[in-house]
Amino acid sequence: MSGVPPMSPEVLSSPVADTVKTPDRAHTRARAARRRRAVVAAVRVLLLVVVLGLWEALSRAEVIDPFNFSMPSQIWDQIWTWITHGTALGSLGEQIWYTLHEALLGWVFGVVAGVVLGIALGRIALLADVLGPYIKVLNSIPRIVLAPIFVIWFGLGPASKVASAVVLVFFPVFFNAFQGAREVDRNLVANARILGASDRRVTLQVVIPSATSWIFTSLHVSFGFALIGAIVGEYIGATKGIGLLVAQSQGTFNAGGVYAAMVILAAVALVAEGLLTFAERRVFRWKPADSGH
Amino acid sequence: MSADTSPAIELRGAGKIFKTPSGGLHTAVRDLDLTVGRGEFVAVVGPTGCGKSTTLTLVSGLEEPTEGEVLVAGEPVRGVGDKVGFVFQQDATFPWRTVLSNVVAGPRFRGVPKAEAKEKARAWLARVGLTAFEDRYPHQLSGGQRKRVALAATFVNDPEILLMDEPFSALDVQTRALMSDELMELWAGTGASVVFVTHDLEESIALADKVVVMTAGPATVKQVFDIGLPRPRKVEEVRLEPQFVEIYREIWESLGEEVRITRERGAAHVA
Ligand SMILES: Nc1ncnc2c1ncn2[C@@H]1O[C@H](COP(=O)(O)OP(=O)(O)O)[C@@H](O)[C@H]1O
Ligand SMILES: [Mg+2]
Repeated sequence: MSGVPPMSPEVLSSPVADTVKTPDRAHTRARAARRRRAVVAAVRVLLLVVVLGLWEALSRAEVIDPFNFSMPSQIWDQIWTWITHGTALGSLGEQIWYTLHEALLGWVFGVVAGVVLGIALGRIALLADVLGPYIKVLNSIPRIVLAPIFVIWFGLGPASKVASAVVLVFFPVFFNAFQGAREVDRNLVANARILGASDRRVTLQVVIPSATSWIFTSLHVSFGFALIGAIVGEYIGATKGIGLLVAQSQGTFNAGGVYAAMVILAAVALVAEGLLTFAERRVFRWKPADSGH
Repeated sequence: MSADTSPAIELRGAGKIFKTPSGGLHTAVRDLDLTVGRGEFVAVVGPTGCGKSTTLTLVSGLEEPTEGEVLVAGEPVRGVGDKVGFVFQQDATFPWRTVLSNVVAGPRFRGVPKAEAKEKARAWLARVGLTAFEDRYPHQLSGGQRKRVALAATFVNDPEILLMDEPFSALDVQTRALMSDELMELWAGTGASVVFVTHDLEESIALADKVVVMTAGPATVKQVFDIGLPRPRKVEEVRLEPQFVEIYREIWESLGEEVRITRERGAAHVA
């Protein structure tokens, strides 16, 4: 039974002491929590400084080969040169925008296709039975090897990168949307039907909202995949983009350039992740705050 | 038309056999004969797992009977109709919709214009005392409040037939009595015919005009008892009346035997 829990005798017999103590205790607890956060942040920064410092020092002392491993100061110099003087391909912003543009397009197409097909197969058993084996086979192909084929098909422009991103994004989104549609609470569906919902309404207003937490989980992973698809596509053959920057740096034995491109990519991915988390908070306002999101 | 004089619900030799995942057949209910008159409040009691919920899903049209016939207002049931309201045992409010939006859902699904649907929904929210909570999400409500949302969302569709599957079983005892009283008030104005499933005999006598006792599973109707207690009733008071105690004893004699059979079977399964 879920009644009101009985009050403990201590609370009943010493109300005065309790009301006096509570704000004080809350205060102490808040201070402890703040201190803990500060310690975590400090140790984090320290760890970063130590790793970067060690890398720099070992590289300068030539314990590790600076030609292969570069060093943080060189990487930073490279990024700074790109920012101030532009890259061999044009301004850095343009390269970032090019890659991001391809990744975003691929991501949107992949997500839309994955969600639509996932929900459709989750709802229509016949479709799932017919297409299921084919999707499994396609999923077992290492899809990254399609990137060179796409370059052959669609040329050096953005289309081939978008295609690589789409095939990487599609599958995780599809499987999550499918699972989400399958695991909809049967009671909610029954309730909607009793209230008068048509099959279409059940899909749009019960199945899709229920599946959103599943879908969002895959969106996080899949944006990373979209970036990978775009980068690999550019690396194989392109006229602009971060992936081409990596390829060119590698071609001129500029290890610092490769690392610098990686740092820029990581920053882009982090920003995208932040935006996604923000959107997720907006979409899931209806969820209890402590449900793990 | 005969539809006007025919009873609200009629089960004629209805039965339901499920296919189990292992490919076997499982009889959930069999040979159900039951009539619910218009405006009548019928409570169904029976041991756990005997087939009470299955009976309701047959009446609602969510499931089809594998034998016999189910009629609502004289017409055979074909799928989910627009006459029926159903309050489920488990929470079935939509967690991503606010309280108001949950209550608006039914009329909107049935094509009522938005403004009118909102107006009706607000009126029912006022009746269940949730006006101040219309912007909350279900997870921000207590169990009792969520049940009130479910009641408002059901009543807002003006159902002629109201099916309730142990609607208050998850609530604590005080809330349950309160909700029962509120249900009586809400129902009194509607003229709906009610089938109220419960495993709580006291609750069934306090609420109903007629108590139907089901046998151990696969269930069929064992006995029907008329409850002559005058209305309006207050759940907490009516159970103290001598007449109530007498009826309780009489029905328990019938129901207790089925409960014992179910329990012994359970023990045999464990052994
Ligand atoms: N969809 C189903 N498939 C197979 N068996 C079912 C299904 N639904 C219910 N049953 C079985 O039918 C019997 C009656 O179930 P139910 O109507 O839920 O009982 P009650 O509501 O009286 O507790 C149970 O033995 C249950 O396991
Ligand atoms: Mg049940």
